[in-house]
Amino acid sequence: MHAFIQSVKRQPIWLFIIACIIFFSFSNEYFFAVNNFQNILVQTSTIGLIALGMTFVMINGNIDLSVGSTVALAASLAVGLQGALGIPMAVVIGLGAGVLIGAINGLIVWKTGVDAFIVTLGAMIGVRGLVFVYTEEQSFYASNFAYSDFGMSSIFSLPVLALIFIALTIVAHILLKYTLHGRNVYAVGGNRKAAIEAGIKVGPHMLINFMLIGFMAALSGILLSTQMGASTPNLGRDYELWTITAVVLGGTRLNGGAGTIIGTLGGVLAIGILRNGMNLMQVPSFYVLVIMGSILITVLFLDKRLNVTASKGVQI
Amino acid sequence: MKASLPMSNSSTVATDNRKRVLQFLGKHGILLAFLLCMMIFSLTTDRFLSTGNLLTVLMQVSILGTIALGVTFVVIGGNLDLSVGSLLSFATVLVVDLHDKVGPTQAIVLTIVFTLIIGAINGTLVGYLKLNSLIVTLGMLSAIQGITLIYTSGQNVDIQDQENTWFAFFGREAIFGIPVPAIIFIGLAIILQVVLLKTAFGRKVFAIGGNGVAAAFSGIYRNRMVFSTYLLSAFTTACAAIILGSRVMGSQNNVGQGYELQVLAGVILGGTSLLGGSGSIMRTVIGILILGFIQNGLLLLGYPYYAQWLVTWVVIILAVWLDIAAKRGRLLNDF
Repeated sequence: MHAFIQSVKRQPIWLFIIACIIFFSFSNEYFFAVNNFQNILVQTSTIGLIALGMTFVMINGNIDLSVGSTVALAASLAVGLQGALGIPMAVVIGLGAGVLIGAINGLIVWKTGVDAFIVTLGAMIGVRGLVFVYTEEQSFYASNFAYSDFGMSSIFSLPVLALIFIALTIVAHILLKYTLHGRNVYAVGGNRKAAIEAGIKVGPHMLINFMLIGFMAALSGILLSTQMGASTPNLGRDYELWTITAVVLGGTRLNGGAGTIIGTLGGVLAIGILRNGMNLMQVPSFYVLVIMGSILITVLFLDKRLNVTASKGVQI
Repeated sequence: MKASLPMSNSSTVATDNRKRVLQFLGKHGILLAFLLCMMIFSLTTDRFLSTGNLLTVLMQVSILGTIALGVTFVVIGGNLDLSVGSLLSFATVLVVDLHDKVGPTQAIVLTIVFTLIIGAINGTLVGYLKLNSLIVTLGMLSAIQGITLIYTSGQNVDIQDQENTWFAFFGREAIFGIPVPAIIFIGLAIILQVVLLKTAFGRKVFAIGGNGVAAAFSGIYRNRMVFSTYLLSAFTTACAAIILGSRVMGSQNNVGQGYELQVLAGVILGGTSLLGGSGSIMRTVIGILILGFIQNGLLLLGYPYYAQWLVTWVVIILAVWLDIAAKRGRLLNDF
């Protein structure tokens, strides 16, 4: 019982999810159906994939605001180049561009010591510029239907996009919890100076995490474009804000040093279920914005009140 | 310090010189960048350095700039305000919608009141409840956008009789050839610069941002001060909304989307530290003007408007890098 209370204290978001599922199941006949849960997974996979990467970066004590622009860059490249280079090559270039943007961000954070917030704020503006330069403000359409078919396809009646999201969530969980790199993520975020003293190569470590989130953002953008069979230069606007919301809802600390993939999954699902459920109840999407904002602040408030003893030990 | 020793060799002198150069760049880099920017555009285009064009730039940046003035106070106090973009949408929609319903004067007063109430909510959450400002204002960004959409039912609003209202004064008219938006921006900047540098209020804002514990021991109420900085940023956002509403005589319900980060870019470019405790209104104005001149100059040179985003990327990082390198005495980090 004690362990249960502790885990609820640490991740109150799962309680919220259960409450939401119960509420929506009783108030709408279409909500509690396998079909709809598949929908929710597909809908949340876009933000979810980025959130997985963001968890690493935020536990590190950094942040990445450029993910929304990276989504657009990768999607535009993958759709725009596939006519000339074929789908596989175009997708590889799209993913590569995401990794490259992450590497640039990581390298600047490492070498210059400028705060990640500022570095990626710059990149958010600049990468959006790159997208517009490349696309010349045009939307691209995937001429090859194989591309958009992929976004609709299923394996064993499970949507591929949902499967990719679940698989990568498991990979990210293992990477964060059971590997050396994962332990270093917490060490660097918890106390950077101590991590340096302990011999962790903090710079390259953060670089890898930025490349990771760049890859995840690019993947998310490409999968999103397969869903639509198109890409627009304004794709992914505000995604950075939604992603950070999801990760924080999942209990990751902004100051770094604490957070889990399970929590992030909870945060992502909470947003997805709330949106889906209210959509089914035909509540205008405006109200979702207000509710999301209120929940974010409430979770922050509860976290502060519930964990007040835990955090006092760490504070100087 | 090592240069004063008799045995100092050439390499320490070299590092000392480099340090000095770095410190100079860190301190005045933003002014140099500003002048460099002006020079390049004056030499490469013949229309850049004309009164008309400079006034145009001043007017274009006035909305972003007016918001940035208030946000500077918040940032110096050691917090962030990401809600100003949504708040701008909210206030602009409100002032435009109320204009036809209750008249211009009442609309302006009500808009300022309601915007201040939202600022007070921000201030209470961050100041009195001591919640993380980034997350709180991120939540408020979403919530305020939702409230705006609910208020307008997703519709855009506009003023019916655009020709015969004195409300046009704030966005469309000029005094002695100077556009009113520019006058409001510069006027507010001067007032707030004086407040920041010459009043107890300003000193206290620096104190809570620089060292909250020390400030508390000096008898400064951090909570109350943080609360006030959010009121201030809400107020300047309301002023910006009045300019915007008056200029457009209508409003989309998401008109302020993305402003929060643009504003921060200007504030950071001016050299205000995100950690709090340092910064100035003057420098924020220069930061905002640089953004404006880059945009204007590149357009005059015939580049598409999005070229400015690429340049902004480089300029922001260079500016902050120099600032940090100056404090560190070295260009690169060592871990």
